[in-house]
Amino acid sequence: MTFDQIRAVLVNKTVGIAGCGGLGSNCAVALARVGIGTLILADFDRVSEDNLNRQYYFRDQVGKKKTAALTENIFRINPAVRVIAHDLRLNRENLIPLFNPCDIIVEAFDLADQKEMLIETILTEMPGKPLVVGLGMAGWGMNDNIHCRQVDSMIICGDEVSEIAPDHPPIAPRVGIVANMQANAVLEILLGSSEAEK
Amino acid sequence: MEILLNNNRESITNEEITVAGLLKMKNFTFRMLIVKINGKLINKSDYESALIREGDVVNVLHLISGG
Repeated sequence: MTFDQIRAVLVNKTVGIAGCGGLGSNCAVALARVGIGTLILADFDRVSEDNLNRQYYFRDQVGKKKTAALTENIFRINPAVRVIAHDLRLNRENLIPLFNPCDIIVEAFDLADQKEMLIETILTEMPGKPLVVGLGMAGWGMNDNIHCRQVDSMIICGDEVSEIAPDHPPIAPRVGIVANMQANAVLEILLGSSEAEK
Repeated sequence: MEILLNNNRESITNEEITVAGLLKMKNFTFRMLIVKINGKLINKSDYESALIREGDVVNVLHLISGG
């Protein structure tokens, strides 16, 4: 497919990004660059200085709400993207109505219990809805361990073992790889496999 | 019995086993888990009763913080 053909498909698609931190902000930007039609973002937090080591924000945005800052950044890259931003904490109740319009949902939370809440809710209330989960991206190096595997309608990106810790923080390179792997998995679902083109 | 656990073929001596039993047997000690049997999510409240039988496809996902 040419890039024009890719854009023609993506412009009609909607992707939900649950969490606008390390994974969510980087994934959203990657999808904005390729021209996804609509992004539905959700996060309650504000940009802080220590986010800058991995999250797609800028120094002059410290203090701003992440939904507002990310919307700004997306607009600066690709103003054609429709952004619906929800400045709130997602839970079992609001998750469904907010993300119902999505073709695919990207799980980009940081806390394990939040990931569990989202996965359980989607698998129960929206069975079959493609869900791209980010799992295990702390530290540096270990490129070989980062993988992408499918379990029914769920795609899991990450190394599935590297939990964040003070001496094992999440930092830009590895977080960026997993976030872009998630965006890449989204494209594979929306565009079909590029291998099939040959 | 033979099952598929996280895509690996596993031989289990029991004819059937509960989800809780399997988690204990395989030392899945993480707090946050997603368990699916044959594509269906098993609620935590059902771990002691949901049974795994011959030929079942089981997926156990460890959820860890980071993102």
